Amino acid sequence: MKEFKVTPIRNGTVIDHIDVGMALKVLRIIGVKEDVSSTVSVLIHVPSKKAGWKDIVKIEDRELDPKELDKVALISPDATINIIRDYNVAEKFVVEVPSKVKGIMKCSNPGCITNKNEPVEAEFEVESKKPISLRCVYCDRITTDVSDNIV
Amino acid sequence: MSGSFRGMDVVSIRDFSREQLEHVLKVAEKMVPIAKGEEKSSLLEGKILGSLFYEPSTRTRLSFEAAMARLGGRTLGFDEPKGSSVAKGETLADTIRMVDSYSDVIVLRHPQEGAARLAAHFANKPVLNAGDGAGQHPTQTMLDLFTIKKLKSKIEGNHVAILGDLKYGRTVHSLSEALSMFGAELTFVAPPTLQMPKEHLKRIEGMGTKPKISSSLEDVIKDADVLYVTRIQKERFPDPAEYQKVAGLYKVDMNMLRNAKKDLIIMHPLPRVTEIDPEVDQTEHAKYFEQAFNGVPVRMALLSLVLGGSK
Repeated sequence: MKEFKVTPIRNGTVIDHIDVGMALKVLRIIGVKEDVSSTVSVLIHVPSKKAGWKDIVKIEDRELDPKELDKVALISPDATINIIRDYNVAEKFVVEVPSKVKGIMKCSNPGCITNKNEPVEAEFEVESKKPISLRCVYCDRITTDVSDNIV
Repeated sequence: MSGSFRGMDVVSIRDFSREQLEHVLKVAEKMVPIAKGEEKSSLLEGKILGSLFYEPSTRTRLSFEAAMARLGGRTLGFDEPKGSSVAKGETLADTIRMVDSYSDVIVLRHPQEGAARLAAHFANKPVLNAGDGAGQHPTQTMLDLFTIKKLKSKIEGNHVAILGDLKYGRTVHSLSEALSMFGAELTFVAPPTLQMPKEHLKRIEGMGTKPKISSSLEDVIKDADVLYVTRIQKERFPDPAEYQKVAGLYKVDMNMLRNAKKDLIIMHPLPRVTEIDPEVDQTEHAKYFEQAFNGVPVRMALLSLVLGGSK
């Protein structure tokens, strides 16, 4: 018999195949905090056929918007999104690392003009998707640590 | 070619192809007699250069002003933000939008990296980057290329040794990428703590050049065709103790030059402090003052190209 550590959800989003160890960062970047109003389940270090180990996040009564999906893709490019409606998987897709990133993260260079009080959002060209590497359009600095710079 | 320059921003050397850079050098060559005052030009008559220097600069600012004046144009702006609306807390974006409406072309030096790209974003008129913090300084790179080409007849195949602060020095990053694009051989000479950042090395290698790395000028100087010396800039060091360790480590003097090729040229973006002995100024090797002059024809070429005065 299959053992369920976490029960299925009725409505919401299951983010599966998160790179192992990244689940808490995923929660942080999509803004799940202590004031969350619906149930959130987090599974860390789950056996995975594909990658050996993975993390899973289940968020009830919430579907992620495109900007949030981009954020997830940037820190866990193999993550799978399952949109659950009435206990059924209504949509299932792998996140896609965008080729340009804007308004999602700040530049890691403290001397970059985008970190000053200017009316612009930091913008990046994705130089490499795996491992992730982003080049600031303004100062050219390469950022590889996305989760620390998410806004 | 002319169509591709009119209205163009000059923010980073990476925005230029080799063909475009060669064209700038060709136009600059034609500007030399005007830059020297031997010929007169009214190519940019009635045009205004908005010159915004948020950081001190002698050569870059004066050579831009000289370039504009030699072509019959005028310059307005400031050479320090004190006393301007910037001191009152105005954003760069707002200052740029204002100057954009007063002038035909903008030159910007700013302490923050990426400032020129931001300015180009907000300005309708062309923006020329005159150095943004530790970032890019493309017009310096172009005048460096111009100097090598003029003195060595071509850039390709020359062995260029670049000495000094390769970690923080902004000129050396753009220059080494451009030299690599032109097929020069490169050797980077610096103490390990100030060597070329890996990110830049990777980029240069990606362009097909495999630069050599050394910490000994003695070992490198005998094979060099061009020695590009840079100042170890105290102001770029986050840690003063790190600066003290490396300050004065290299000195180009007559003794160092005894094994150099006869036609070695020595370049320096200036200002220099102690890295080149004044005795060297008297030798045929010393080309840094000529290099500083070359800033004028190169900037004339750029101003006239982006304003549509030259084709």
